[in-house]
Amino acid sequence: MKYKDYYAILGVARDASADDIRKAYRKLAQKYHPDVSKDPQGEEKFKEVAEAYQTLKDAEKRKAYDELGTAHASGEEFRPPPGWQQRHGEARNEGQYASFDDVDLSDLFESLSRGQRGRQRANRPIRGEDFEVAVRLTLEQAFNGTQLDLRLGLPEYDESGALHAVEKTIKARIPKGATDGQRLRLRGQGGKGFNGGAAGDLYLDISLAPHAIFRASGHDLYLDLALAPWEAALGASVEIPTLAGAVNLKVPPGTAAGARLRLSGRGLPRPEGSPGDLYAVPQIVNPTVLTERERELYRELAQASRFDPRGHLAKGPA
Amino acid sequence: MNTGTEAAFWMDTRTRLTLSEVAENCGITESVVQELVEYGALTPTGAQPGEWVFTAECVMSVRKAARLCTDLELETSAMALVVSFLERIHDLEAQVRRLRAQAGGGGF
Repeated sequence: MKYKDYYAILGVARDASADDIRKAYRKLAQKYHPDVSKDPQGEEKFKEVAEAYQTLKDAEKRKAYDELGTAHASGEEFRPPPGWQQRHGEARNEGQYASFDDVDLSDLFESLSRGQRGRQRANRPIRGEDFEVAVRLTLEQAFNGTQLDLRLGLPEYDESGALHAVEKTIKARIPKGATDGQRLRLRGQGGKGFNGGAAGDLYLDISLAPHAIFRASGHDLYLDLALAPWEAALGASVEIPTLAGAVNLKVPPGTAAGARLRLSGRGLPRPEGSPGDLYAVPQIVNPTVLTERERELYRELAQASRFDPRGHLAKGPA
Repeated sequence: MNTGTEAAFWMDTRTRLTLSEVAENCGITESVVQELVEYGALTPTGAQPGEWVFTAECVMSVRKAARLCTDLELETSAMALVVSFLERIHDLEAQVRRLRAQAGGGGF
């Protein structure tokens, strides 16, 4: 069994008061809690801190831990001193380990509290753990629905009721209708129950990966539509991509940049009801290199046109 | 058989939950859910707890807040605040995504 210095993990002295221990824990928990921390190692660190606190906050367990002595370095192999297990485990008549070789320090202390909380827990049905996973879908996956193989390090109870992390692959079927920021609950696809308890659920927090062409807004999609000045002025029929294949879009004459041309029902499918829409947003794009003939035509247009795009500015305050 | 689809619930306004279902989904007791309602963090329809109807949007925020409260030893009143803030962050993020999608890249 490897020794862990719970006091060092919490950054407190061995004679710290219960209050100091609680404060140190809360400070570290706020820093590393996986629900708030952006530290990629946050979860590991939080588990370490929580394990140290679980033992040190309980006066009885702290006493038992202190009796393991101060001679060990963190990570060093050690065995509890003779008689230690009898003193702290005897009355409960369980949680006794014949060998300490494969025992984790946290399991040892967990076994002490199992004795206290009684055996009734051992046969009571325990519902499986719920799992929460963030998944990132491509727009195509959201459009068609998909099945994902999620690789998770999952906590699982063994026969003795102790928790272990087990690497598992879970198949999750994502029905059509997903979009950015949506959450999906897959019933019964979480951890398996214990003693006949029901399986837990799998919660998916869905986000969409950026797409080269489309941007999702809820179930609507947006696409920038490049138009030549003359296409915007005269109108045109242009081919544009959709998630279900290319379609022709009629650009009306006199189309302004930034207008929204709606293609009804060409967005993402909704779980219920009609699908979202696709909006093509025209951008007027000029050729970067003009031929002599094009330049000539532009000059001619400039002379013939009375269009003043800044007319409204002239009317402003002098 | 298509069990995958049958067991899938979108956690938004389409999925409606009773008091006991919210408690079960969030892994908290019904009395904590009632407290969250008293603090205004959750706003079900229906006059009596037995008639309350919640929408499932709140579940992920409440689950997260419940974890934080257990691990950081916070009281339910603090949990109610956390729930409100998480909901607000979720709404604001959705709004940013909408605006970003509509504003466009203009990358020509």
